[in-house]
Amino acid sequence: MSNNDVVVTGLGATTPLGGDVWSTWEAMLAGRSGGRQLDPELVEKFRLPVRIAAPLAVEPASVLPRGAVRRLDRCQQVAVVAAQQAWEEAKAQDHVDPDRVGVVVGTGIGGIRTLLEQADLLTGKGLRQMSPLTVPMLMPNGPAAQVGLALGARAGVHAPVSACASGAEALVWAWRMLRAGEADIVVAGGAEASLTGVTMAAFARTRTLSLRNDDPRRASRPFDADRDGFVLGEGAGMVVLERAEHAAARGAKVYARLAGVGTSADAHHITAPDPTGRGQATAIRASMRCARVTPADVGHVNAHATSTVVGDIPETVAIKEAIGDHPVLTAPKGALGHLLGAAGSTEAISTVLSLHHGLLPPTANLEKLDPQVEMDVVAGEPRKTDAAVAVCDSFGFGGHNVALTFVKE
Amino acid sequence: MTTDATLAGEQQEILRKLAEIIEEIAEIPAADVAMDKRFIDDLDIDSLSMIEIAAQTEAAFDLDIPPEALADLLSVRDAVELVQRKRA
Repeated sequence: MSNNDVVVTGLGATTPLGGDVWSTWEAMLAGRSGGRQLDPELVEKFRLPVRIAAPLAVEPASVLPRGAVRRLDRCQQVAVVAAQQAWEEAKAQDHVDPDRVGVVVGTGIGGIRTLLEQADLLTGKGLRQMSPLTVPMLMPNGPAAQVGLALGARAGVHAPVSACASGAEALVWAWRMLRAGEADIVVAGGAEASLTGVTMAAFARTRTLSLRNDDPRRASRPFDADRDGFVLGEGAGMVVLERAEHAAARGAKVYARLAGVGTSADAHHITAPDPTGRGQATAIRASMRCARVTPADVGHVNAHATSTVVGDIPETVAIKEAIGDHPVLTAPKGALGHLLGAAGSTEAISTVLSLHHGLLPPTANLEKLDPQVEMDVVAGEPRKTDAAVAVCDSFGFGGHNVALTFVKE
Repeated sequence: MTTDATLAGEQQEILRKLAEIIEEIAEIPAADVAMDKRFIDDLDIDSLSMIEIAAQTEAAFDLDIPPEALADLLSVRDAVELVQRKRA
């Protein structure tokens, strides 16, 4: 490891499986799913064809001060909850100049709940009832800005927006900030809270959501032959990243090294992934090259696999193309559902913990492997691993591809 | 509860409601919201919170506070008197 390497020194999350990283991780190891029935009132109001989702396990209002709950959109609330957990765990506040603290927090959709609520107020009751906080609550840089405010971070606050790759892309930009010397420590991740009637209906119109309405806990089933779409979730996942020398100087606990990052774009279709997996393979190769590891070093891949019919197979094609068919796969969305802009960073945390504990969580609900996968996918029980290198990949509508290569410390 | 024995009944009622709004938005105990307190210098209320307080005051008393009037609201007394004038 060189001094310029980037290491992970703090983790934070709030997800459909738990209000923090540890409860989420335990549920993932147990193969539990966060899928539940959607609020029947919402289903009825919009006559939604999809009646299931993966809502938060712990309401942010139960852990945030009342003022923050009122002033922050729900996506900003989860961002602050997860970021504060990660920041407290890293114990960095007494060791770093605020001018050297950066924040990179992505979101897929941003403050859509605020936008819809305020649109209803404007239509129904008029201008006077609209909140003057509407703009700061709906803007997509809001989660990043609120985390920056909460932590007093002044080195730069950025908000990558690349649909379901946003959370992973946040780690990429944080890594680049650290390598460029723009910050000494960066809090990075993604946040999403978009379980609204409009979002549910809109995704249903893209035909990407599972319609297994009578069995929400078994609806998200990545790589399973009977998968029929993803389950929309909400949450946030944040990591604290810093250069190895900085972490060592302050005696920080190191979880893993973010050894390499890679990005690419499909330039193929606005929603569908390139079936050849070409763009995804390019990002994976770039992250391994950046990490100075070879395909043979990679022990497991934390797959993006959303449980859609069209998405899961091109990803395996890309993995085989870039790495080979030897890595073991695990897909957290069976348990977490799809956290959209928070997916990449929350799953990066799972990848880090897999390396740290030498344990791969099972892909929840994987019962009958799609024969087209032709790779070893962890299912049923957690599996021990002594591999030192793992790749976490994330892809977003728009053809955004991100791969992160982590190395065990 | 905010009380000021020297205030007329109507001002007392407006102050009480205003103090509740300020407590809700700026998290300043209603008991600290007295007539002679200045919003910025004494209560440390920022401009965005002032807009929120004005919006809730408009809704609570069913009146309009034009944006230009907001700049003249320096103290709690200014706000109470504005509401009183608007209601007259």
